[in-house]
Amino acid sequence: MVAAIRIQSEPFDAAAETAVLAAGRGDIGATVAFTGFCRDEGGRLSALELEHYPGMAEAEIARIAHEAEARWPLMGLTVIHRFGLIRPGETIVLVLAASAHRRAAFEAAEFMMDYLKTRAPFWKREHLKDGTVGAWVEAKGSDDAATERWSG
Amino acid sequence: MKLVYFAWVRERIGKTEETVEPPEGIATVADLVRWLKGKGEEYEYAFENEAVVRAAIDHVHVKPEAPLAGAREIAFFPPMTGG
Repeated sequence: MVAAIRIQSEPFDAAAETAVLAAGRGDIGATVAFTGFCRDEGGRLSALELEHYPGMAEAEIARIAHEAEARWPLMGLTVIHRFGLIRPGETIVLVLAASAHRRAAFEAAEFMMDYLKTRAPFWKREHLKDGTVGAWVEAKGSDDAATERWSG
Repeated sequence: MKLVYFAWVRERIGKTEETVEPPEGIATVADLVRWLKGKGEEYEYAFENEAVVRAAIDHVHVKPEAPLAGAREIAFFPPMTGG
């Protein structure tokens, strides 16, 4: 299985990606799609700006995908992560995992997201409703803890 | 060697990338950070809390004790907040 990894500024269509992944496949029994959206944080934000490290972003996600493939019997894996200015209600990230049975698909999608948040080189900055550029979003200890539980 | 910076590390240093030639004896990522901090207050500011800034060598995450030998591109950035 070769994971499909795309880093792009354009929006994506999760349903269309699922259809592509499952097309012509009689062996896939389950797909799990996780879509992350931009929140407005109670009306405070006009957008999130996502900066990334081109080259490393793809390489790091590929390493995480490789680890997921080693842990679960996946039949397909698609990861799309957007960069640039993203408005509230727009999508930021898609993880789509396919397997013969649901448990592997659920777990692999969750594993991918936990690792993406703490290892993939992306950084978010807030753009505020009043037109000013706000602070860089701080990393959460709870995200590190979520990643940590997969090891050991 | 080429250095690249991201997010607030980039903003504090005021550059996206630069090429540097550290003197002999700068063998690890931690050595490089110490040497950079001596180059000016912008570096001092970016690395004021060394434990927070992350590093990668040639697109792979590394720890401060990682050797620089053979490195082409070294990146410094804050903890990641994607996803």
